Amino acid sequence: MTAADERELICISCPVGCPLSVTVEGGEVVAVRGNKCPKGITYAKAEILDPRRILTTTVRIRGGLLPQLPVRTRQAIPKSLLAKGMEALSRYEVDAPVRIGDVLISDFLGTGVDVIASRSIDCAG
Amino acid sequence: MNIESSERDLVIVGGGPAGLAAALAAKKQGIDDILIIERNDELGGILNQCIHNGFGIHIFGEELTGPEYAERYVRLVKEQNIDCLTGTMVLEMNAERELVAVGPDCGLLRIRAKAVILAMGCRERTRPAINIPGDRPAGVFTAGTIQQLINLEGYLPGRTALILGSGDIGLIMARRLTLEGVKVQGVVEIMSYPGGLNRNIAQCLRDFDIPLHLSHTVVRIHGKQRVEGATVAPVDARRAPIMEKSFFVPCDTIVLSVGLIPENELSRMAGVRLSSTTSGAYVDENLQTSVDGVFACGNVLHVHDVVDFVTRESEKAGRSAARFIKHGLVRCDLPVRPGKNVRYVVPHVVSGNADVEFFLRASRPMAPATLKIHPDLREVRQRIVKPSEMISVRLPADLIATARSQGEIRFELEERESTR
Repeated sequence: MTAADERELICISCPVGCPLSVTVEGGEVVAVRGNKCPKGITYAKAEILDPRRILTTTVRIRGGLLPQLPVRTRQAIPKSLLAKGMEALSRYEVDAPVRIGDVLISDFLGTGVDVIASRSIDCAG
Repeated sequence: MNIESSERDLVIVGGGPAGLAAALAAKKQGIDDILIIERNDELGGILNQCIHNGFGIHIFGEELTGPEYAERYVRLVKEQNIDCLTGTMVLEMNAERELVAVGPDCGLLRIRAKAVILAMGCRERTRPAINIPGDRPAGVFTAGTIQQLINLEGYLPGRTALILGSGDIGLIMARRLTLEGVKVQGVVEIMSYPGGLNRNIAQCLRDFDIPLHLSHTVVRIHGKQRVEGATVAPVDARRAPIMEKSFFVPCDTIVLSVGLIPENELSRMAGVRLSSTTSGAYVDENLQTSVDGVFACGNVLHVHDVVDFVTRESEKAGRSAARFIKHGLVRCDLPVRPGKNVRYVVPHVVSGNADVEFFLRASRPMAPATLKIHPDLREVRQRIVKPSEMISVRLPADLIATARSQGEIRFELEERESTR
């Protein structure tokens, strides 16, 4: 038998940021309170079982109008991979031009999630 | 000297999210002669450096980064062939809606507009920096400057940072600095509650075990050439530092995230009446300022939490400007006032002839609370009220009209007994 465990979370699904009380029993989320909408329940379950975040950062761009290209993972990746993801992207460079939504790296770190360009950058000059 | 002179139906000062949305809305109402003037070399405003996600949930139903949100609107503006002057700064404006701008493409330009929309946004507060005793070394930045250095220019400002103030940009930069390998020693907030959104406390601080010191402040900055650290002290109920309990935090960078101020120099020049509570223009339900045909929207009007609300408000300003150009607007005369526990309400004056969405901010956190709109127009229960979260309420025209007998509408927040 596993005793019920109470966890306090803040939902990050939208700017409201509902404070959630989550009851976890035997590794399962059995109750969520404090959420104003169903997203809170989805978030609480994911946060307990497999916490994920969208990683946003910049990479160097060669020959572009700007020196840095903002990028992001298209979907959220495991939170535990954020540091490793930053390390991998710090060594990554791309050539201009780039269009918004271009896939720069597919299946990033074996997550099945792509890294995409967050904006378009034209060639310099 | 020869200055090129032109006439325009609508001139929009600022090409950030507010200006872009206002332009599109005016265009949709049939105004074709629109000019957006943007000081920066590209459109999009501050969104271009906000590379984190969380924008667009209300407008697009998905989480976008700042550049993605901006690019969607820039594309729409280009598709609509709306004229834009970038790298161009408006230097002067008067109450007759005559503007003087200067830029590399247009030189010195004089424009007379039938209507003007002010969408200049805001800038960061730096004043408290001057009030911090201690040395004046390099390494003290505002959060937005750090954001620009890292995200646009690719420079890391330091190795160890302390953040003063818990506004959203400061929280977001705590995460950004950490991801880039900078050790963030903590966030220091003088108030007993955070200045930024709840979710940023969660995803920017807790995710990375960054300490949040509420009811604390920086009492001294140390260092000769470069910042070497800061003395942090708790504050008492009157926000005076308790020096006996102060402690030293080593760091080479201090990040200030201590609030934003609407950028209203041009508004003042044109004689636009400003509100002492929002530091933005005093506007009616059409977002028209005290000067005929001059409208204001976005962060130059009042500082918003999320860009989606800026977009909606600015669309309204665009529609109002279109109506003004086509057939003029009737002035409103029913004042809206903030009452107990309410810092401000926008708009400041209404007519009772149209439905109005009101935006207000609490002056202190309360949970739970009731929003009372006098004279007994409506009561809205709020589970949690925080100064960092804007409250919006929509009232129908007929209900607003009933307040005429009282001569004003007053918004009050009252704390309720907790049911928990």
